[in-house]
Amino acid sequence: MCKLFSIKRFLVITYCFVSLLVINVAQAEQVVVYSARIEELIKPMFDAFTRETGIQVKFTTDKEGALLARLKAEGKRTPADVLITADAGNLWEAARAGLLKSVSSSILEANIPAHLRDPQGHWFGLSVRARTIVYNTQKVKPSELSTYEDLADPKWKGRLCLRTSKKVYNQSLVAMMIAEHGEAETERIVKGWVDNLATEPLSDDTRTLEFVAAGRCDVALVNTYYYGRLMESNSNLPLAIFWPNQKNSGVHVNISGAGVTQFSKNEHAAIKLLEFLSSEKAQNLFADVNMEYPVNPKVKPSKIVAAWGEFKQNPMNLAKAGELQTAAIKLMDRAGYR
Amino acid sequence: MPTDDVWKHLVDTALFTLLINTFWLSVGVVVGTSLLGVSLAWLTAIYQFPGSRFFSWALLLPLAIPAYVTAFIVHGLFDYTGPIQTTLRTWLGSELPWFPDLYGRGGVTVVMILAFYPYVYLMARNAFLTQGKRLLEVAQSLGLNRKQGFFKVALPMARPWIAGGIMLTLMETLADFGTVSVFNYDTFTTAIYKAWFGMFSLPAASQLASLLITLVFVLIIIEQQFRARMRFAETKRSSHADRIVLSGWKACTAICFAASVLFFAFVLPIMQLSGWAAHSLMQSFDQRYLEFLLHSLLLSAMATLITCFVAILLVYAVRLYSNTFTRIAVRIATIGYALPGAVLAVGIFIPLAWLDDQLNEWLLTLFQIEAGLLIQGTVGVMLIAYMTRFLAVAHYPIDSAMQRITRSIDEAAMGFGLTGWAVLRSVHLPMLKTGIFTAAALVFVDVMKEMPITLMTRPFGWDTLAVRIFSLTSEGEWQQAALPAVTLVLAGLVPIILLMRQTDK
Repeated sequence: MCKLFSIKRFLVITYCFVSLLVINVAQAEQVVVYSARIEELIKPMFDAFTRETGIQVKFTTDKEGALLARLKAEGKRTPADVLITADAGNLWEAARAGLLKSVSSSILEANIPAHLRDPQGHWFGLSVRARTIVYNTQKVKPSELSTYEDLADPKWKGRLCLRTSKKVYNQSLVAMMIAEHGEAETERIVKGWVDNLATEPLSDDTRTLEFVAAGRCDVALVNTYYYGRLMESNSNLPLAIFWPNQKNSGVHVNISGAGVTQFSKNEHAAIKLLEFLSSEKAQNLFADVNMEYPVNPKVKPSKIVAAWGEFKQNPMNLAKAGELQTAAIKLMDRAGYR
Repeated sequence: MPTDDVWKHLVDTALFTLLINTFWLSVGVVVGTSLLGVSLAWLTAIYQFPGSRFFSWALLLPLAIPAYVTAFIVHGLFDYTGPIQTTLRTWLGSELPWFPDLYGRGGVTVVMILAFYPYVYLMARNAFLTQGKRLLEVAQSLGLNRKQGFFKVALPMARPWIAGGIMLTLMETLADFGTVSVFNYDTFTTAIYKAWFGMFSLPAASQLASLLITLVFVLIIIEQQFRARMRFAETKRSSHADRIVLSGWKACTAICFAASVLFFAFVLPIMQLSGWAAHSLMQSFDQRYLEFLLHSLLLSAMATLITCFVAILLVYAVRLYSNTFTRIAVRIATIGYALPGAVLAVGIFIPLAWLDDQLNEWLLTLFQIEAGLLIQGTVGVMLIAYMTRFLAVAHYPIDSAMQRITRSIDEAAMGFGLTGWAVLRSVHLPMLKTGIFTAAALVFVDVMKEMPITLMTRPFGWDTLAVRIFSLTSEGEWQQAALPAVTLVLAGLVPIILLMRQTDK
């Protein structure tokens, strides 16, 4: 005990600790971000913003739920100016809980289509994440595929792979289906999916894709950027993307997006950051780092992403995904979708 | 949006399943870790065979790997798309219907046993070491054979240690979120997360959490009842010299057993991790790794000091003022370990934020000072949170060691004219030393691995290796996350090796 923690060592450690605490960032204009989008996918854009405007960005990353709880607990003394999430549902909940400020900016309104932002201006989509059908090219012809709903048809029995219902991407998809078809019909569809499963729901999108590629199942529902990443590491996989529901509602999309916090002390800088992220200059960068789709219609997706073909998006406002998320989870529980 | 019917929904649809799931997982993990932990502890504490010294510390190594990392590696290796099944399919040219499904109850239980057995092993081994061969000799002189000596004397005598190890395992199992997520296995924890962060219902989440706490409390009381009826005495520590020497097929069996546990719980995961890390070394390594490592080590060291100190205070509180109130207070103080990390992180954050708020109001009205956040955003919050979570980890080994110090030892010391601090220094501390070191090593490694609290309470710029792993794995980038994971494991070895050098002389 004494050897390990001698007084000298203790003092050295204490000194290091105190000096690390004391170092404070200079008081230039800055914006503090709570981000559920991970560092890799957000820092390049912050750096670009600082280069362009001179405004410093301080950020911390965590899961959505923890960030919301933290904002609530901090109340009016929160240091956060901006909340970034990787889905619409959590932004909707943040707005409902009074954690986000209503922002009106002609730039944001011009850059972001109406269905990808909150009608009251509490949050704004910054990149589009499309959840679509991926199939094994050796076992399925694209002509066999049509809609999300069709995957409940008995012809897919033992051929479908799904990620667990605990991921918000699936919750949003089901929530949007409730908005379109109503609860009873959606429950029938989800039950059909569960009946068609080739194996238990899997823990992530990449694993789901690998199962399709290995022939464990023939079709699956995944976000396109996971497909992009996997194909980048192994382009020989017998996988292809199919855009469902093109004749009716369109492909289900979610967003990663942001809002200005209710008690932001640097509102000006915060709005500037959002405007920058939605601008043509930043949109390429924002969407490209994760092979997502730009929200700004004036910006083209990256070459790799564009090669997957064009598709019609579901134009329903994403606020529905938040509003019906609880109902969606309950429905999936009832349908036995784990 | 009405959320109060979330609880009713959970009761109607999920509660029964998750109770059953949690029950079987707990039973499986407790039985498995007890069998592995106690048998390995007995083997390395009493017997000598080729490699026994190596195994005595190497068997602790799995402690440095977070359970969910092991879980992910097991999936990477044994899943349908993993190398083992793929190779078998190529050889046999057919599907493998007999291959166990990883997503069942068995897979998650096995992974947790491999990840958590060192808790029982470490604590049981301390007990066996301090009783040593002498106890066995006494038993033999009373006409018991070795087997009877183990079951009738050594095992009952080691019960507070083993029970402590099992309680830690059990609490860790109940609090786990990462491992069960990889296996998509529904437990109390996943239900709490779902109610709170999915359905945005804090009431339902709190109801589930209180149910969990009640459950743990009952278990603790039962365990306490068992322990209260026992009295313990110290015998002299045995050294390597007087161990029973194994040879021939007995030595072979011992080596094979220890080696296979070590292989599956540590070597295999590390091989896979290193493979991934080598793959991503060029793109993911940067100078910040040194900073991550420094933060991890610094936080762990500070949290270890504070947590062990408080644990010692608690143990003495019970010894000096032994009444029901102090006993219950100590139990409540150590229950944090059984709470899911994110729930505990939020639970600690809310009162601290409130305190900050009060402090600010007070400074503003009295001195017109706008102080901003005084408590939040400092390392102090992290340390308080770590202490809350890991107090149990420090408490069990120290408490078990304290039970060895009987009243008669104190009286004897007084008979020699020793009082107060002198008793503490020359009698108690030497006897508590092993317990304190065990506590320190466990807390150190646990803090290094800890994720939700670190994520939630870290000040800006205080990223650790665990934060780095989170950042990469939350998007499924396991190859990228291997490098910080390997670094974390290596850093976790330091306290383990120090510990073994202290206790294994």
